[in-house]
Amino acid sequence: MNRFTLVRPKSYADASGVLTSKTYSLPVLKAGGLDVLDHMKEALWSPDALVDVKRLMPAGQREPIATFTREVSWNGSTPQPNWSSDNGFVHVAASALLADVASSPQVLAAAPVVAQSLASAATPQVRNVGTVAGNLLQRPRCWYYRQQQFDCLKKGGSQCFAVEGENAYHAIFGPGPCHIVHPSNLAPALMVCDGRVHLVGGKRDSLKISELYHMPEKGITSEHNLEPGEIITHISFESRQVSGFYSIKHKQSFDWPLVFACVALAVDANKITHASVCAGAVAPVPWMLPSVAAALVGVSPDDDAAITAACAKAGEGAKPMRDNGYKVQLLSVAVKRAILVALKKPVPGQEEGNS
Amino acid sequence: MSDGVSRRSFLKTAGASAAAASLAQVAQAAIAPPEAGVPATPTLGPDATDVTLSVNGKPMKLRVDPATTLLSALRMECDLTGAKEVCDRASCGACSVIIDGRLVASCMMLALDAEGTKITTVEGLAKGDELDPLQLAFVKHDALQCGYCTPGLVVACRALLDKNPKPSLSQIKSGLSGNICRCGTYTNIFNAVLEASGQKPIADSAPV
Repeated sequence: MNRFTLVRPKSYADASGVLTSKTYSLPVLKAGGLDVLDHMKEALWSPDALVDVKRLMPAGQREPIATFTREVSWNGSTPQPNWSSDNGFVHVAASALLADVASSPQVLAAAPVVAQSLASAATPQVRNVGTVAGNLLQRPRCWYYRQQQFDCLKKGGSQCFAVEGENAYHAIFGPGPCHIVHPSNLAPALMVCDGRVHLVGGKRDSLKISELYHMPEKGITSEHNLEPGEIITHISFESRQVSGFYSIKHKQSFDWPLVFACVALAVDANKITHASVCAGAVAPVPWMLPSVAAALVGVSPDDDAAITAACAKAGEGAKPMRDNGYKVQLLSVAVKRAILVALKKPVPGQEEGNS
Repeated sequence: MSDGVSRRSFLKTAGASAAAASLAQVAQAAIAPPEAGVPATPTLGPDATDVTLSVNGKPMKLRVDPATTLLSALRMECDLTGAKEVCDRASCGACSVIIDGRLVASCMMLALDAEGTKITTVEGLAKGDELDPLQLAFVKHDALQCGYCTPGLVVACRALLDKNPKPSLSQIKSGLSGNICRCGTYTNIFNAVLEASGQKPIADSAPV
């Protein structure tokens, strides 16, 4: 790794100031540091300063994870939960560790999909160091992006090597021209819980998680919509007690997902009354599946055939590349199994450790 | 070694002349100091800085630059070479150490970030000549072949048992999912963990 100065700001506002001042030519935000060190070891980045926000907490929040029955007025607004009046809200500090969120009784009770998505991310060693905001803002894992010798679109080059190259793990949705899949397990889980990221250092207090990312045609060299100096201090999401996550990997215990699905349901009088479905590892952004969600509404949780039929719509609109057509079928399976997880029904293959 | 020069101290001396040569280059490339008046924010580096790490219960005073990983500090500065550098990307687990009770890949953590924590390496598991029960179980179940992944795996198993004294087989697999054994001795490793937690080992022939 190159030489750098380790900057230890005392607040997020100070951190933002360091990022936007001209003190350093390439200051990079660091929390757990896993993705930053990865980029430095691969010589993709050579920052002259790492701005360490590992130990910072959002103003006013003492514990990494806090739950509220009503949204507290952090930003001058008091939004109501979208789904039902007994749903609460959860706030998680940006610096909270993935392992702590995955095992948090509060998160497990309020939104199992969030805890499950993080329990399935990477390995114990990574979950013990990686943070919530780091998971949301990590760069894509496309192997052409991650190798210095490929001057790909994302690095300012002129071509996407995945188009002609090895594309078994690339996107099946989206027009390109860059075909990454979004790397975060957490972002799709937050999508089905109406999550938000809360910000300092810019003009905005918060963004919906659905507004945090953009497709490659709107900008290839970055995946998120944060302005320079804007830093995520915490995330918030609504309680979704009937929710579930299912990821399909080559090696279920530790691998990047081939496809995964996040599902949140509301069930009343033995009918699904609300559904929200988001897929991961299939598109450059968390990929909502509104047609599956629409087909689930009105269906009985016990009507396996109707649920399977709804899940078959998951691949609608997919445009697979040469080697990743298998993801279309796999996605229907992942969505179906995420629904079974949400409904606490037995899941085929679950014993082999999709934990 | 009998002649009083250990392999490590020889390597360190041999490296010193190369380091002296590169120092001159670093001096030439000296970076201009940060402009005055911009945030009074604490900084460390880019030159080497003093740090005290608590390793296996002992304070270790080191001088490292910010780019030094914890793994590098442990191996090169503390002479604790149990943790191994293999993938250098937190993917294989060979560099695993326990920090404040948590299993961590020391290759992807800055040494400066470990200040103020309690670090346990594989060298800290035995009490003098008395091996940790887990280490004895590794010996009994022949839970290694080439042995390169073993220090990291022993540490990962220790971290797992410290949190969960009687893990199920699937909890063992999940707890060790960040450690790769290229020789494929997983069945024997699982058996060592089962043995060390007072449980019945699985048959060697059982599929895992």
